[in-house]
Amino acid sequence: MGERIAEHPILGVLEKGEQVTFTFDGKTVEGYAGEPIAAALKAAGLMVHRYTQKEHKPRGIFCAIGRCTDCVMVVDGVPNVRTCITPLRAGMKVQTQYGTCKDFLS
Amino acid sequence: MKRYDLIIVGAGPAGLSAAIEAAQRGLSVVVFDENEKPGGQLFKQIHKFFGSKEHRAKVRGFVIGAQLLDEADKAGVEVRLNATVIGLYQDKEVVVRTGEEICHYKGDAVLIATGAAENMVTFPGWTLPGVIGAGAAQTMMNLHGVLPGKRVLMLGSGNVGLVVSFQLLQCGCEVVALVDAAPRVGGYGVHAAKVARTGVPFYLSHTIVAAEGEDCVTGVTIAEVDSNFAFVPGTEKHFDVDTICLAVGLSPMSQLLKMSGCKMEDNPKRGGQTPICDALGMTSVAGIFAAGDVSGIEEASSAMIEGRMAGIAAAYYLGYMDLQEREEQIARLEKALDGLRQGMFAPSNRGKAIARTQEDIAVSESLLRKGYVADDEIERFPGVTHRMGVHPVIECTQNIPCNPCQDACPKGCISIGSNITSLPIAVEGADCINCGMCVASCSGQAIFLVDEDCGDGTATVTLPYEFLPLPAEGTKGIALGRDGKKVCEAQVLSVKSAKAYDKTHLLTMRVPKAFAMKARFFKPKIFRCEEA
Amino acid sequence: MNTVNDRSRELKPFVPSPDDDMLICRCEEITKGEIRKAVHEGMWTMTEIRRYLRTGMGLCQGQTCAKLVKAIVARELGVSPAQLEPATSRAPMRPIEMRVFANERKEGQEDA
Repeated sequence: MGERIAEHPILGVLEKGEQVTFTFDGKTVEGYAGEPIAAALKAAGLMVHRYTQKEHKPRGIFCAIGRCTDCVMVVDGVPNVRTCITPLRAGMKVQTQYGTCKDFLS
Repeated sequence: MKRYDLIIVGAGPAGLSAAIEAAQRGLSVVVFDENEKPGGQLFKQIHKFFGSKEHRAKVRGFVIGAQLLDEADKAGVEVRLNATVIGLYQDKEVVVRTGEEICHYKGDAVLIATGAAENMVTFPGWTLPGVIGAGAAQTMMNLHGVLPGKRVLMLGSGNVGLVVSFQLLQCGCEVVALVDAAPRVGGYGVHAAKVARTGVPFYLSHTIVAAEGEDCVTGVTIAEVDSNFAFVPGTEKHFDVDTICLAVGLSPMSQLLKMSGCKMEDNPKRGGQTPICDALGMTSVAGIFAAGDVSGIEEASSAMIEGRMAGIAAAYYLGYMDLQEREEQIARLEKALDGLRQGMFAPSNRGKAIARTQEDIAVSESLLRKGYVADDEIERFPGVTHRMGVHPVIECTQNIPCNPCQDACPKGCISIGSNITSLPIAVEGADCINCGMCVASCSGQAIFLVDEDCGDGTATVTLPYEFLPLPAEGTKGIALGRDGKKVCEAQVLSVKSAKAYDKTHLLTMRVPKAFAMKARFFKPKIFRCEEA
Repeated sequence: MNTVNDRSRELKPFVPSPDDDMLICRCEEITKGEIRKAVHEGMWTMTEIRRYLRTGMGLCQGQTCAKLVKAIVARELGVSPAQLEPATSRAPMRPIEMRVFANERKEGQEDA
């Protein structure tokens, strides 16, 4: 259900970085270098970024400006990365975060 | 510890404006911002701003943002991005995270211009992916070019809810409903009207019962609420949506001020916890200033003026300017700020229900309850007149601080006068030359050029059009009324685009003459929203 | 002192509400019912609530739920939210890894 805006009536055609691939839970996904990881996931129709610690409920983008921290994921092995403000790079390994990921921190 | 005359936290409209004023007077200024790009929310604002020339009215927010950055650059302001201020200690010690380290800076003066955060509202399912803040929607579509969703329900009829709804429509999303628990539309009527005429239904006195979905939003149920905001049983309405947008107000992000020991108050009129400031923005701690939304929720236009005032106040505080110069500068800015704080939406009128305009005309109740001025109400406003030939019909019915239309007309067809909040008047005897400048200049998209009788049983209506694709000449479709419902068949005569119109295209459609004063939007037979 | 700090007064008894399971603090997953109960267990200030339940102590540091929690506590105490002192503001204002927080730039090192 995600989609990119090809041409915007006011903003025109947005400048984008180089097209790159990264992985989401092992699957290859395309995005543009420099855009937030969350934007690339959203454009690919991927909504669930993590499942919560206590209730195991799905969460995704909520504030999109790095405030709410709901969109955190495990990126290149590091948990709690705010994907809405972290720029995408080619080859990034992005994973759904389950709980607080204490295992990663130990 | 590196020292600056003035340290500013937040490179939004207030912070940058202050930095420019201070740097121009010789202060060493640094602006820290936690974001990757400067400009705060300005670069997400794609509509034309209200106000008058001095407030950069009819210029789009992101253009104002670019102008401010350019001005800051010329003034020699140092803007540090990805620099998160994590603390403000005694003696104006500012602690900043940049990259992987922590740095301490000392400011002889400090300005906090951290802006606001979005308020939230809870309902079952509010944590599901697909429930997002209106700011998130703006960020996704206007900064990153990604659709927030395809079918969206907007909660909140303040200016943010209205403006973002229109932006969603502009990038091809369908807005299935605009919902607000309040009984009246909270934002500018013109913002509501431009959303309503595209066919978005307004549900006032309604709120969300629950969002549905397993792993993400698949639907939403709303219901009517009574005067105590309790659900009225049996009034539930269901919508299939993939996105729910929350636009339920903003709160000042004033934690740094509180931490630094400034006296604070909880002021509902200002949006929450705000510092107690003097007229120039100085807090109870000498040398610590606040400007913009952090000192009370308003518009970006007022934040820019407050920022300039604080920049000047800081320059005076540090001895870079004498009292006389300060007084002169402040008087000029105060006048500009006062201009913006007039009218029905002035901060002093917050929460009040206003029944009559300054001109003593009854306000449109339909506009407040349904988002559009009813056909039987529109005629009483001074911008709506009947003439031979093409003439402007100005559907501006609330006293808001805005006057670009008056300057736009080269023939003097539109008059507002010296009071910026007066309703525009269609001037008797002035000859409209059909140039369209008024239509394009109206930030509220409330001006139409109408030829009520072309002599062959038809009429033409020229309206502002900011959607893609632009319909070709001759395209057949339907004309929608102010209420967004079909009024008649229509055919596109022309679509004019010009640099001076600044991305607002002028679509002229031919309709049967009986509908000249009713048809206000054109919908091609296949509208982009429905293609999917 | 306002009525908020008058601990001698009696609160109305705790009455369960149908929306007590509504999640309020998104980070720490604290419900409305837990917050309401905490007030009746003697947590009358925002700081106490925060320490008792961890509302606003998660990753986002209360930036999303602070106003919601305050409204619930105020209602339970029968006061206006404006009368409640917000929780203490202290550094770090944003989530930050301890290794970064402890990594202070040495004196004399120039800005990058």
